[in-house]
Amino acid sequence: MPPWSDILEVLTLQTYNTRLVVLSTSLLGIAAGLVGAFLLLRKRSLMGDALSHATLPGVAIAFAVMVSLGGTGKSLPGLLLGATISGVAGIVTMLLIRNTTRLRDDVAMGFVLSVFFGIGVASLQMVQNIPGASAAGLESFIYGKTASMVHSDFILIAVVAGVASLVSLALTKEFLLLCFDDGFAASQGWPTLMLDMALLGLVTAVTVIGLQAVGLILVIAFLITPPTAARFWTNNLVPMLFLSAGIGGISGWLGASISALTPQLPAGAVIVLVAAALFLISMLFAPARGVIPRLVRQGRLRRKVDRQHLLRAAYEILESMASDDETRNIPLPMDALQGMRTWTPHQLGKILRVARREDHLEPAVPGMIRLSEPGFGEAARVTRNHRLWESYLINYADIAPSHVDRDADMVEHILGADLVSELEADLDSRDIVLPVPPSPHPIQTEPRAEA
Amino acid sequence: MNWTSFDTWIVVVGALCAVACALPGCFLVLRKMSMMGDAISHAVLPGLAIAFLITGTRASVPMFIGAATAGVLTALFTQWISKLGNVDRGAAMGIVFTTLFAVGLILIRQAADHVDLDPGCVLYGAIELTPLDEVHFGGFAIPRAALVNGVVLIANLIIVLSLFKELKLSAFDPDLANTLGFSSQFLHYLLMTMVAITTVAAFESVGSIIVIAMLIVPPATALLLTRSLPAMLWIASGTAAASALIGHVSAIVVPGWFGFDATTTSGMIAFAAGLLFFLAWMFSPSEGLIVNQIRQKRTQMQEPVMEESNG
Repeated sequence: MPPWSDILEVLTLQTYNTRLVVLSTSLLGIAAGLVGAFLLLRKRSLMGDALSHATLPGVAIAFAVMVSLGGTGKSLPGLLLGATISGVAGIVTMLLIRNTTRLRDDVAMGFVLSVFFGIGVASLQMVQNIPGASAAGLESFIYGKTASMVHSDFILIAVVAGVASLVSLALTKEFLLLCFDDGFAASQGWPTLMLDMALLGLVTAVTVIGLQAVGLILVIAFLITPPTAARFWTNNLVPMLFLSAGIGGISGWLGASISALTPQLPAGAVIVLVAAALFLISMLFAPARGVIPRLVRQGRLRRKVDRQHLLRAAYEILESMASDDETRNIPLPMDALQGMRTWTPHQLGKILRVARREDHLEPAVPGMIRLSEPGFGEAARVTRNHRLWESYLINYADIAPSHVDRDADMVEHILGADLVSELEADLDSRDIVLPVPPSPHPIQTEPRAEA
Repeated sequence: MNWTSFDTWIVVVGALCAVACALPGCFLVLRKMSMMGDAISHAVLPGLAIAFLITGTRASVPMFIGAATAGVLTALFTQWISKLGNVDRGAAMGIVFTTLFAVGLILIRQAADHVDLDPGCVLYGAIELTPLDEVHFGGFAIPRAALVNGVVLIANLIIVLSLFKELKLSAFDPDLANTLGFSSQFLHYLLMTMVAITTVAAFESVGSIIVIAMLIVPPATALLLTRSLPAMLWIASGTAAASALIGHVSAIVVPGWFGFDATTTSGMIAFAAGLLFFLAWMFSPSEGLIVNQIRQKRTQMQEPVMEESNG
């Protein structure tokens, strides 16, 4: 573990060399986060995968061309130009396969990925044997060579990442339309093919500068992981875009810093792992769509539904036990309760325990249960809502009285206060008695006989 | 060109591996999971690294187990993320395999002081060197890679033949397969295991490019030529084997045109497969682009005649 002063020095970009690397990867992360977000929403995340593999032949061929023109062949802009050209060729092949055969997207991507990469590896091998030119280091495009970045590389990355970010922000509205409803976009006169090409062009730009920084396999993660993580936090596109850019930037910044502190860790891999950790946290804990908050919400709703079912069942039993018109809160037998719904004894026991904890039940002799005062009030309210909804269905939706119970059963739990008052106003004019109207259909309170 | 028994063995190893990949590949393509091959072949890296770090050798068996585990985990994680998190399948796959690959790279870097487990070697393989590593089998000396890939091919063949009906059903209608009592979940993971094991067998000998290409390209070629599954399997196998031959020959011949020495056979095998796909794309009797053009022309010329006979 390096001392704190070193950690702080790296994180705050004090040393020149680290500053270059950390800034480049952060900018790259921001640009990739923005562009990747559209790619994710277009359901084409793996396009980045195919594209990054497709750049390899361009690197090798650009090297060969530059050497034959008398250069060293190591000029980064030249290599990246080659990468861009072969990346675009890959995209065109992919679109052609998809549009002229009945093969699907995944096959088209897999085809371009493997064949272009194969050609790339074969041509890399060829140019490595060019006499008088050292092609060593070209392979760093596969795994990235973050640590050896120089000033001109940084400028290139910064400019391309900046332009890509600005263009994707400027075209946000158009891309949004393209991602969510391309048919509608086309019918409104938007040039969808051009927009698609623009999006893929941005992806190409980000991928190509990512090659140098993190390598062609790990740049894929930059395009996919931050937007997917951001998606868990929000259902709105614009916040998602900024979150995605933020997560990408933080991954680049933290990852490159960690790698600068512990030189035996390759930067590209650490960046990917930081992004993956952020993804995992988002997937588990993000309030909007995260797994755990969702499970909690579902559990809460299930308990609410169970409670309301229990109370209504109890109330309906009490109704049947009342000798005169007035329903009173008296102890009622468990067996009767068991017969009201398809509860297993175990489930019913659990529901009763929860109800006891929530003060809806009072202690009673074994085999009997007794509603508490607030429990009885709540039971009357729940039953009333159920019946109001049933009456509404019978009066306005023409559903037979024998069938409304099931429908009302599903909806009653989510009736809001304003909807209930609307129902009251509506049904009051039809002389339906309040506070708890009688059930519009017979209720079977005895345990059902075995068939 | 100077063809030796060495070259014959290279082609044989390549062909065995290619056909072994093409068989499960057909089902991957039909299940719209072509990219899974790519994902698994990257994601086995940490499995290889961990197996190496634990045992300290490059022995085949632990490597196999490690990589197959990593491969199945890739499929599992992808499934979980896309189900639990409601994430697009492609994105889930991308996250899983890049993460596993990164873990693998770091592990390998940690072990780099005392290993020659070179990631580059894993990617390109060294198919040219396979004939050097021979084992004696039934009195013959054959390359170990031929034996390994041959065994994998036979295993895949047995699985495909014995579960043909189930695989076919679950590829085309997983819901029906489930209702009829064939767990398409089980078949899914079986297929993933097959892909993982095939990948690993190829890793050691020929490199992962061949695997990725052979899982996708020959089945895609076959799909352009036929609509029957048995025919698809046959054509895919044939194309795969032909790619191995053409690939090796062109690895020797093509660089000469540009004044270079011979290049990697693995890359050229992928390229050859691409070339065969291109031919099918253009000239497939049922749906080739050029064939369709000709057919359209002919129909246009016939049209006036048809009108006359109708009128």
